[in-house]
Amino acid sequence: MNDVTLTHPGQKPIWFAAGVVGLAGAFAGLFVGAANGNGLAGLLIGAVAMAVIAAVAVLLGRKLELPLRLAIAAAAVVLGYLLGGIPGLIIGAAFGAFFGWFIYWIGWGRYRAKLVPYLTPAQVFWHYGFRVLCGCIFFFLVAPIVVVMPLSFNAEDFFTFTPEMLALDPAGYSLKHYRDFFTNSDWQQALMNSVKIAPLATLLSVTFGTLAAIGLSSEHVPFRRAMMAVLISPMIVPLIISAAGMYFFYSRIGLQGTYFGVVLAHAALGIPFVIITVTATLVGFDRSLTRAAANMGADPVRTFFKVQMPLILPGVISGALFAFITSFDEVVVVLFVGSAGQKTLPWQMFIGLREQISPTILAVATILVALSIALLTTLELLRRRSERLRGMSPG
Amino acid sequence: MSEATDTSGPVLAADGTPLKRSLARALRRQKLRALGLVAPLLLFVLVTFIAPIADMLFRSVENDIVADTLPRTVVALKDWRYDGGEIPDEPVFAALYADLAVAVEKKEHTRLGSRLNYETTGTSSLFRKTGRRVDDIGEHFQDQLEGLDDAWKNPETIAAIFAADPTAERYRPRDGVAAMLPRASAAYAKFAAFTESEGDVAAEEKPWELIYAELYADLTAGQGAPYEGPEAALVRAAVAAVPGFEPLSFKEAFIEVDDGWESVEIWGTIKAYSPRYTPGYFLNAVDMQLTPEGIERQDEGQRIYGLLFKRTLFMSLAITISCILLAYPVAWILANLPMRTANLLMILVLLPFWTSLLVRTSAWKVLLQQQGVINDIIVWLGLGKFMVWVENAWNWFGTTVGFIDPAMLVDFASNEGRLTMINNQFGTIVAMTHILLPFMILPMYSVMQTIPPTYMRAAKSLGATNWTAFWRVYFPQSVPGIGAGSILVFILAIGYYITPELVGGTTGTFISNRIAYHISSSLNWGLAAALGAILLAAVLLLYWAYDKIVGIDNVKLG
Repeated sequence: MNDVTLTHPGQKPIWFAAGVVGLAGAFAGLFVGAANGNGLAGLLIGAVAMAVIAAVAVLLGRKLELPLRLAIAAAAVVLGYLLGGIPGLIIGAAFGAFFGWFIYWIGWGRYRAKLVPYLTPAQVFWHYGFRVLCGCIFFFLVAPIVVVMPLSFNAEDFFTFTPEMLALDPAGYSLKHYRDFFTNSDWQQALMNSVKIAPLATLLSVTFGTLAAIGLSSEHVPFRRAMMAVLISPMIVPLIISAAGMYFFYSRIGLQGTYFGVVLAHAALGIPFVIITVTATLVGFDRSLTRAAANMGADPVRTFFKVQMPLILPGVISGALFAFITSFDEVVVVLFVGSAGQKTLPWQMFIGLREQISPTILAVATILVALSIALLTTLELLRRRSERLRGMSPG
Repeated sequence: MSEATDTSGPVLAADGTPLKRSLARALRRQKLRALGLVAPLLLFVLVTFIAPIADMLFRSVENDIVADTLPRTVVALKDWRYDGGEIPDEPVFAALYADLAVAVEKKEHTRLGSRLNYETTGTSSLFRKTGRRVDDIGEHFQDQLEGLDDAWKNPETIAAIFAADPTAERYRPRDGVAAMLPRASAAYAKFAAFTESEGDVAAEEKPWELIYAELYADLTAGQGAPYEGPEAALVRAAVAAVPGFEPLSFKEAFIEVDDGWESVEIWGTIKAYSPRYTPGYFLNAVDMQLTPEGIERQDEGQRIYGLLFKRTLFMSLAITISCILLAYPVAWILANLPMRTANLLMILVLLPFWTSLLVRTSAWKVLLQQQGVINDIIVWLGLGKFMVWVENAWNWFGTTVGFIDPAMLVDFASNEGRLTMINNQFGTIVAMTHILLPFMILPMYSVMQTIPPTYMRAAKSLGATNWTAFWRVYFPQSVPGIGAGSILVFILAIGYYITPELVGGTTGTFISNRIAYHISSSLNWGLAAALGAILLAAVLLLYWAYDKIVGIDNVKLG
């Protein structure tokens, strides 16, 4: 009743290969042309050149694949070097390698190799189109963070790429913003404050939070939902409201503008994260282990430190990391609860961004990104360890 | 069975107590232990977090300042009515003088002035000006008493009349003086308390003019017992002389200082705001006003909060929708790719999630600004002219069709085609979509992971097209993920402060920016608290919905 056409990978007609590759060539040519002052010409030249090359490649057959791909890459490298020097050479090499692969991928229908054979061309197109779309969204997610990194090595006080930077000229790059960060007393003071506040706040929220999470996960605790709602609320209530309330209340009791006040405020903000991660770990905790320990004569404290703690440690540590990053990254509350003496790193960045003073912010941002990559790695390793301990396969 | 247990009696535990009771006791002990573990944290959160929120809610209705600064005026105004259209009579002005004289010494009148200025403009300068000249009114009496006898100039003489021990460091009222000179001794007690709070001794400081005015009032009224005690001759001489003093109308004196006191509006405002709790801040927060005549809408030009709340809602909604649109494909592909690839791609989602908020905001500032990366690329690609053309075409089209006011043409590509993408709503929406996107992807992903891929295949093998299989089978099952993510993103977006502050300019700011402004710049804390309370109510409503739909226990991180 319905006629399913099975399509297998195989040689495609010349017009198809020439058309698709020509389209891609037009897109690439637009950029090359724009860089050299005439986008439209680049578009046309790119389209025609790539279409012809694709047609030739398909006609010559699969035997000549390797030499032809090398030839295309070499030609692109030379062309890139002639048009744009060293950076052009690198871009040319990338373009050449891509097109060499792309011509054969299209020309011999290799794009169908991993797909089920009954798909219609429209479905194949949708399959790859969807992947390109997702790629764009991933690009949107990561690009802003990646763009900041090279800009932090800018030799000028600009927030954008200078021509020297684009030409990969070493004179366009410098470490001066990093030097400024490490020598400027404002930034160093801010760093010191952050380093002083975050660990103590983390310690407070982890100690209280872990105990409470153990209490909350016991089967018989009354008012569990209500207590949970109160304890999670610092995460839900908008920061500006927490900040306003704390500002009013802490000035009444004399904590506003003190180191201790900021630590308490940050500890309160970090608690929900500790509660959530530790209760999640405790769900997988086998209670018969504590009973077994008690059976063998261990008192509750000993049971906690020798049996329970080692098993829930990954959860506690990841909760601590969350609490730490919450405090380390927090601006709104510290803006209100703190005074100039508690100016933290994010606060200093906030001022810098509002008043547009120096690209040192980008250097700080790069350092913070490196820090968050380190944190992310730690968390991932902890997650795997935790799953291994519980006998699940790490996924 | 039941007979068997009946005959053998209750089951006993090892120590001889009935098992039932023993178990109940163990359960109770367990409950107490669990509560004991939670209690420290609960206490901690109550003190450091819940109490501040409660304080803020309290401040949104609290209005002690009028009743505290002008206590007697408030009492005297009790019978006065705004509808009468007349300003109050002499007794109210006398009370106002007594209150203001104290307030000026304590420098509280300017605070009251700026508080009432939120309601009726001009009050602040009225109180400031009156504060500078309120002493003149008291000096009227002081001069006449001092003209009678130079001894009245001496602080120690005054102290001897009112204090039990004039040489003592701390003031204690002399027995009986309150009955003989009730008003003056009350004024002296206030004076003494104030000087002591400043670290001075009352008997050595120049007494307030108010004390002389109150003394005059006591002496002319002739109420209380005849004066006995130190300096009796001096006081008796004054008693004899006061009927000959030149009288003073407080009402005329105040109006002479500033004719603002002739305005019924001012008195109406004072009366309207004299209760200790007021709905005034909440009314202001919804563009209304508590006026002497009752509750009214604000003037057309001052209705900003309704607009701001609407804008906050609209932009949060726009951010939530763009997050849904961007997150759905990503979550789908993460849930359907092989585990290893999905985990690698997950890093791309988690990296922005873990990166500092300020880093991401500064990145968007770098990308979007006039001389920023995106605009540089547009110009480099030669698209600048195209952008100007698009802008002109849009404006031409808009004015021709009529949906753009010719005076307010769209201007997004003014500077050689560089787009204006920052310091407006566009900038805020883009930056916040990026910042909140992981909060949408993660809940969607965890829901989609649980949908078996076989369902889609089954639907297709039953003859469904790809679209039908997706729309009728897959999508309904992924709705809980969309719901969870949307509420989370919406809650986070509605209260955002930092990003709108940095990339929002004037048109892209939220209600939270206004709250911050009222706390740190305009110092109208009551209004900030009322705005915060409304925002909090909205968030708690959403939180409740989230708890119903997802459950707070099911919140997952990373």
